[in-house]
Amino acid sequence: MQKDYEQLPQDKFKRITLNSDHAERIAKPSLSFWQDAWLRLRKNKGAVVSLVVLVLMIILALVGPHLNGHDGTTQNLRHANLPPKMQGIENLGVMDGVGNLGGKKIDLYEMKKVDEYYWFGTDGLGRDLFTRLWQGTQISLLIAFVAAMIDLVIGVIYGGVSGYFGGRTDDIMQRIVEILIGIPTLIVVILMLMIMEPGIKAIIIAISITGWIGMSRIVRAQILKFKNQEFVLAARTLGTNDKKIMSKHLMPNVLGIIIINTMFTIPNAIFFEAFLSFIGIGLQPPNASLGTLINDGYKVMEHQPYVLLFPAIVISVLMIAFNLIGDGLRDALDPKMKD
Amino acid sequence: MTKILQVKDLELSFHTFAGEVKAIRGVNFDLNKGETLAIVGESGSGKSVTTKSIMRLLPESSSEFKNGEILFNGKDLTKLPEQEMQKIRGKDISMIFQDPMTSLNPTMTIGKQVMEPILKHQKVSKAKARKVAIELLAMVGIPNAENRYKMYPHQFSGGQRQRIVIATALACNPQILIADEPTTALDVTIQAQILELMKDIQKKIDTSIIFITHDLGVVANVADRVAVMYGGKIVEIGTVDEIFYNPQHPYTWGLLSSMPSMDVNEEKLYAIPGTPPDLLFPPKGDAFALRSEYALQIDMEEPPPFFQVSETHYAATWLLHPQAPQVEPPAAIIERMRTFPGSRYYEATGGRA
Amino acid sequence: MVKYIGKRIIYMFITMFLIATATFFLMQTLPGSPIASYSKLNDTQKAIVEKKYGIDKPTPVQYAIYMKNLAKGDLGTSFAFKGKSVNDLLASRIKPSFILGAQAMVFGTIIGILLGMLAALRQNTFWDYGSTFLAILGTSIPSFVFAALLQYYVASQWHLLPVGLWNDGWKSSILPSLALAMGPLALSARFIRTEMIEVMSSDYITLAKAKGANKFEIAFKHAFRNALIPLVTVLGPVAAGLVTGSLVVEKIFAIPGIGEQFVSSIMVNDFATIMGTTLFFSAFLIVVIFIVDILYGVIDPRIRLAGGKS
Repeated sequence: MQKDYEQLPQDKFKRITLNSDHAERIAKPSLSFWQDAWLRLRKNKGAVVSLVVLVLMIILALVGPHLNGHDGTTQNLRHANLPPKMQGIENLGVMDGVGNLGGKKIDLYEMKKVDEYYWFGTDGLGRDLFTRLWQGTQISLLIAFVAAMIDLVIGVIYGGVSGYFGGRTDDIMQRIVEILIGIPTLIVVILMLMIMEPGIKAIIIAISITGWIGMSRIVRAQILKFKNQEFVLAARTLGTNDKKIMSKHLMPNVLGIIIINTMFTIPNAIFFEAFLSFIGIGLQPPNASLGTLINDGYKVMEHQPYVLLFPAIVISVLMIAFNLIGDGLRDALDPKMKD
Repeated sequence: MTKILQVKDLELSFHTFAGEVKAIRGVNFDLNKGETLAIVGESGSGKSVTTKSIMRLLPESSSEFKNGEILFNGKDLTKLPEQEMQKIRGKDISMIFQDPMTSLNPTMTIGKQVMEPILKHQKVSKAKARKVAIELLAMVGIPNAENRYKMYPHQFSGGQRQRIVIATALACNPQILIADEPTTALDVTIQAQILELMKDIQKKIDTSIIFITHDLGVVANVADRVAVMYGGKIVEIGTVDEIFYNPQHPYTWGLLSSMPSMDVNEEKLYAIPGTPPDLLFPPKGDAFALRSEYALQIDMEEPPPFFQVSETHYAATWLLHPQAPQVEPPAAIIERMRTFPGSRYYEATGGRA
Repeated sequence: MVKYIGKRIIYMFITMFLIATATFFLMQTLPGSPIASYSKLNDTQKAIVEKKYGIDKPTPVQYAIYMKNLAKGDLGTSFAFKGKSVNDLLASRIKPSFILGAQAMVFGTIIGILLGMLAALRQNTFWDYGSTFLAILGTSIPSFVFAALLQYYVASQWHLLPVGLWNDGWKSSILPSLALAMGPLALSARFIRTEMIEVMSSDYITLAKAKGANKFEIAFKHAFRNALIPLVTVLGPVAAGLVTGSLVVEKIFAIPGIGEQFVSSIMVNDFATIMGTTLFFSAFLIVVIFIVDILYGVIDPRIRLAGGKS
């Protein structure tokens, strides 16, 4: 708050005219919603690591069964119950082919005169567990992806129609959902599996038969939230038809939450498949899935813990990866999402 | 007049993912005992942040005082330990927030919430605190306070909730009451009631009020003095009459011109072009210059100092420099200035409209 | 509120009726059952069963008889357990399941709440990352994997606790309860963390701070209750998870509970027991969800009013 103003060069007080565009200039680069979400997702270390791990797992599930020359179904009783042995690290004291036999530690490969390497060991029928593990992972992932896709399609259509058209349609559709939601998933899944021919198809149907309800409720809630917002009313005022409002105005807004929800359905489906196979009503031998492998492993856990260990690790890592990616996506797509 | 609060060269930054946001860039003002100071400005001008920094309510992890001090009763609030600060909050300085729908705890009875500061800061029994709380509720105009004392916030309307928030703020007869847009979220009729209530209360308990708003109509109604904030700085400060009838800063002109008024026949409402500055990269000179049609070359180079207009009136614009060219304010502003004794457009005969 | 409860009760009955009907007809199409098991019975038993259930009669009649018995609370007679009634079977096995479930629930939620609070109040510190990681493990690792690992290490390898069965008092219940508790623990820890962070950034917390409340008062007097109330809503999923978990955990630890019995009755196609247990589980979960909804209305003053109005 000075009184004596210093003398400044007079030309500094020239009036200038600024282009008003200049004032309207937006300083930050404009990012689309998805670019912005991607940037945020990339900052989430857990999600990025999980994404890499997941991609590796999927690649292994695809190529793993062909990596070591064993085919996973050939039974060779001479090679039964071999512990893991892998080139390169066998000298480190792990995966060196040494197993328990009658309380003594013995190199079972030497004893049984087996020259091949079974990286993750063999089961009681002499099948290569490494190959079986990745075949099982493949099946588990397949079941999970297909079940999640079915949930997605049915859930989005049901929820979308119910939410968008509202009124009587919504009333009737929601009464149905209210009753279905009361039926515990577990019960439905078990009952469905009991009456169907056991197999991949049966498991997928059993998992998706109630799985879509969650998705439909989320989609309906979102549609209800958005459909009365000004931008939709504006579009309607301008004469946009229902189909276009749905696809151009509502779906892009609901897409984020659909993706997030799907990312949580997949691990859920993996869990259910494994759960069903573990209690013995899922996939039947000789088919391998993570669940059947864990079940097989559990039976011989006392003496050959490695049979259980590897599928247990794979299913846990898969589940953790999907959950972390789901969390990351949720934070990235909608930091405030609560509903 | 006693100065109860002095804010000197206050600078504050937020640390965000994108970088350092300089939200307050050198703010100076005093608050006198018993007066109402209004701080006006658009969203993002730093008005809320300024008052929250007085209360130290900003998240400690992401905000940082870069410079300056906030003197209250001889203590610098920026340096006070958190425990000392807790003794001041709610007792000497209290606050009312913008949205009464969210500023009350939904799972606590309103009585408990009003009582909380009393029990916290005064050594009184629960029964006494309860009595005081009921009196307070009655004073702010909650009918039947003894019975409604045990009710939950959702059982009250927005206006009533704001009254309850005000009662809570007044519980310990604070020396300073900070009201952060207390009427923005309310209906116009309720707004008027709340403003009346605040004026009444000020008369009764002689507290100083800092009133944050972007509504100039509200300012004219309640304030003694007005500070106009833009881009993290105060650009003009003066008495209500000085700001309304002899404004000097082009931003104040813009604000006043964009206020709809009954007595001027405008064909269309004025809007200030452009958007507020990005405080991640604050402009070098006058932050408003980019949006001003009165910009000078020097506005691009150096931030203007405060120029004194009168004893109580200061404005930070190079236009007040003796070397600056005379500019013609917008017509509506000239219209206002005509009625202000001491302005260069004053028409002695005209008087106040 | 009364109207709402009434409506909910009606829905509960419709759901139960549908489940019972579906179960009945699904069981009818089940390959090999019930006639296959029925033929294993001796003549006297056959006579009793025939008289009571009308196995020899056409399906609609059987259905009517079944529903009539059900309305009386009679779940039928097990085929595998030589003529024992399903009601008796369930009753004899409910205790271990109940103890495991209750222990897992209490332990899991309490530890989960503590971890969630810790994580939220010490956001972005070691405590936050630690408990978030634990919660991720809890949601991700299937209960049977966790149970198998516990059994292998704690019981078989280190001999700290019994490997299984239900004959060593409280000790027998520790490992299975722990395996079951991971779900509720993870769920409540994650839930409370999110809720607390959300609540802590709300206006009324800032106002409480502006009133001079200290960190402790803010966290416990103001935030905790508000964060805790919505936790009631996860009780439904938690109960469903416990039932699912009990099937595998009881199988792994050879606990004579309902879950273990259900799994073995599936293995031997014990038609009546499967139906009975299915209905029992469904009723349990439906009632839990119902109670949760009512409870939520009672403890949250906001919903209490909204419910009263509608």
